[in-house]
Amino acid sequence: MNSLLLQLIQDALVVLIAPLLLGWVNQCRAWLQNRSGAGVLQPYRNLIKLFHKDAVLANNASPLFRATPYILFASMWLAASLVPVIATDLPLSQAVDVIALVGIFALARVFISLAAMDVGTSFGTMGARREMLVGFLAEPALLMVFFTAATISHSTSLVTIVETLAHKQFVIYPSLAFAAIAFVMVMLAENARIPVDNPATHLELTMIHEAMILEYSARHLALIEWASALKLLAYFTIACALFMPWGIAEVGNLAALPVALLALFIKLLLGGAGLALLETVTAKMRIFRVPEFMGTAFLLAVLGMLIHFLLGS
Amino acid sequence: MTIASTLLPIDVALGAVVCWLLLGLAGLLLQNTMAITRYIFPAGALAALLLAAAALSNLGGDSNVAVLPLGLPDLPFHLRLDALSAFFLLLLGAASVGISLYSAGYFRDMEGSALGLLCFEYHIFLASMALVFMADDAYLFMVAWETMALSSYFLVTTDHHVAQTRRAGFLYLLIAHIGAIAILLSFGVMQGGQGDYTFASMRDAHLNAFWASATFLLALFGFGAKAGILPLHVWLPEAHPAAPSPISAMMSGIMLKTAIYGILRVSFDLLDTPQWWWGALALTLGLLTALYGVLFAAVQTDMKRLLAYSSIENIGIILTGIGLAIVFHSFQKEALAALALTAALYHSFNHAFMKGLLFLGTGSVLHATGERNLGKLGGLIHRMPKLALLVLVGTLALAGLPPLNGFVSEWLLLQAFLLSPGLPHSYLNMLIPIAAAALALAAALAGYVMVKFYGVIFLGQPRGSDVVGQKAFDDVHDVGIWERIGLTWLALGCILLGVFPVFFILHIDFVSQLLVGHTLGVSAAQTGWLWLTPIQPERASYSPLILFVIIIVGVLFTLYGVKKFYHGRLRRGPAWDCGYPEQTARMQDTAEGFGQPIRQIFQLFFGITREVPGPFDKKPHYHGETSDRLWEWCYLPIARLTDKISALTGKLQHGRIHAYLLYSFVTLLALLAFVR
Repeated sequence: MNSLLLQLIQDALVVLIAPLLLGWVNQCRAWLQNRSGAGVLQPYRNLIKLFHKDAVLANNASPLFRATPYILFASMWLAASLVPVIATDLPLSQAVDVIALVGIFALARVFISLAAMDVGTSFGTMGARREMLVGFLAEPALLMVFFTAATISHSTSLVTIVETLAHKQFVIYPSLAFAAIAFVMVMLAENARIPVDNPATHLELTMIHEAMILEYSARHLALIEWASALKLLAYFTIACALFMPWGIAEVGNLAALPVALLALFIKLLLGGAGLALLETVTAKMRIFRVPEFMGTAFLLAVLGMLIHFLLGS
Repeated sequence: MTIASTLLPIDVALGAVVCWLLLGLAGLLLQNTMAITRYIFPAGALAALLLAAAALSNLGGDSNVAVLPLGLPDLPFHLRLDALSAFFLLLLGAASVGISLYSAGYFRDMEGSALGLLCFEYHIFLASMALVFMADDAYLFMVAWETMALSSYFLVTTDHHVAQTRRAGFLYLLIAHIGAIAILLSFGVMQGGQGDYTFASMRDAHLNAFWASATFLLALFGFGAKAGILPLHVWLPEAHPAAPSPISAMMSGIMLKTAIYGILRVSFDLLDTPQWWWGALALTLGLLTALYGVLFAAVQTDMKRLLAYSSIENIGIILTGIGLAIVFHSFQKEALAALALTAALYHSFNHAFMKGLLFLGTGSVLHATGERNLGKLGGLIHRMPKLALLVLVGTLALAGLPPLNGFVSEWLLLQAFLLSPGLPHSYLNMLIPIAAAALALAAALAGYVMVKFYGVIFLGQPRGSDVVGQKAFDDVHDVGIWERIGLTWLALGCILLGVFPVFFILHIDFVSQLLVGHTLGVSAAQTGWLWLTPIQPERASYSPLILFVIIIVGVLFTLYGVKKFYHGRLRRGPAWDCGYPEQTARMQDTAEGFGQPIRQIFQLFFGITREVPGPFDKKPHYHGETSDRLWEWCYLPIARLTDKISALTGKLQHGRIHAYLLYSFVTLLALLAFVR
């Protein structure tokens, strides 16, 4: 019963704080760029604004186009609520292991790409093509990162991975270091951040994510934006779970929950600031360079896995 | 003794085969389109259902044996139905139900005499595949194998007035026969010089390591030619598009699996001591095939060629699983071998359903528009919504997305890779993470391919403004009732296999018990049918049903929330033109455009020829073609060598009688000197 309750708490928590994380990253970016910024609550205001608008659909939008925002939102919500955020006592984590988690990300990617092709504009199909281009290298890289962690803990269940990594004595795994670098690269690409994509611009020849959602408006757009925020949060919490799993409460240890919550907030604060810093100091890459970037991430992840197999650490 | 207790499953299966043969004959004699589509194809589906039921009932039972007094005197046909045969018969029966039902609608416009012939070949093809799976001696196996190759050759060349089809058919026949020779040689080595070609005596032959390896290599080559393993894959992308779509579905979904069956039968059943390097070889070949297939699928512009290349990819994935199973089996890690084998078998079954569904879907598109070129399609979801929905299921399944079936087998295979550390061989320990990475890459690329396939055909706007293919867009009609039933059968298969994997794995367990002496079922059943746990629950678990339900609940909850708190106003308007003066349907990506990044990144593998318009061309013209490098690297040299040798041999031929007499004389002298 307790674990079910914890699961529900986590579900509610992730869906509510996801826009906050996005707001924090944007605020940090504004500060780094010497702007005052719109405040950390701006994403919530955006969502409310979008939810109040009238939806406009293109004339030849099909039912697939209308269904996609809901599927996207539901699958990203599921992804975010799978990752042990404050406690490892998550019943859902048994049903969906890391491979299935990668599968859920792929499901969302395929649906948004199909929806982007649905109206049949040049920007939409271009965005879909580029998204799949980024995705086909990011997905195996992400899988390899998970595999490195999974071979260390002899399990593909995220709960077991976190328990192994967090509650063993402190060991530095060289393979995890490679995996961490690869993961950060994948995270930048998958969440449409600089240097792969720029979340702040529209109508540039280099855009990927924004090109796909050009035709969406109002509630559909709001759901997609929210889903993107959830995805960012999911990636952040995965990073926390794999590379800094300290503070996450063990099974049955309810007293550790407040500490875990505090630890989570500190991690997200630092991580968000780090992302903003990374985005400020790097330049947007040409789209032709993206495959190299993603290929590097993939190779680093494979290298991490190889090191684990060869050195056994 | 009642009849039911004396009637063995193998008799029922044979009954289904006889039914097919009779139905084929009836079709040949009737030559009436109406009768054939209305009655014979649905009756064929019933026979398939019967076969599937017989196979299912015998999966867990003892093996049945039958001897048919056919064939040569003193050389009767031996038949046997064990778990491995039953599994593949189940695949044949279950998948062909959908394909036969679909055919009942698909061929409704075909002229009677041609359809009679097609119906005959179709049912012979089905029956011969069933006999391949049931054969228990090399003689019957080869007879059935060749019947299968010939009947499918005639099916491929149904449109024989098209030169390209004849060419494709010839290529197919050629490679099929090169493969058949290798299989025959492999059986010849395997019987160990006793002159008895039953499989039972081959099991007892106990070859030494060298001859066992020779047999395995010959079998891998021979069956690889049928399965489309690199570099023998070239016939697939030619033959699949040439054949009528239900035939392509049958060949890709089912016939390729006869080769998988053959590899499994030889390497696990007939040969008793597998060597680890056989597995490493199969694993490497499988991964190369998978990557090669998916890369080429990504750059195709013909929808059926795209699917053919995707079949090559999937065969590669299945072979990877088999290779891994051989590796584990040779190191006596039977639990892991069972896991890898289960993944391979599961994927074989999945592929029959997904690829059958998609090939049939392309058939309907082809029927409705008369067009196979992706660049001239588009927007069909508006005119063919039912087809679009059914094909979407196959697309997502083939892209390997949860909670559908393609994901389950990939999950199992990746688990097998993950559990493999600690093999007593350092090369293997290095190979396995790289192999896992390659598999993940292939799986991700499959997503790219499927988005391209579905997006370009069904989404967007028709690329020829108001014309798709050879028809006005508004004249395109959705699929008929028979086609829909066939497609729905296969789509349901994809969903059920994806959501309830444990039920199915309990049946596969009989096969792994037979082949490697270990099952997955013990561990799978521990935690109940809801959970798929290959080794231990702590190591890995996956519950597709829960995932499926949660995504549905999530979608409904979101929908409810939005409905509740949102005014729901909606307007329709033109698509945003981004400030450009004009937006036309031709500005969408063509198939070639969508594949461009892959072509760019993997330039090395493709032979690319392009005509690019110059800046001052009055009529700009673009033409690009991507060809298979293996043609020029592998096949053309062989063809040239053959030509050269024939030219040299030709020099001996003068057509003068005294020259030939001289040859005979010299030969005689040489022979005499040799015998002395």
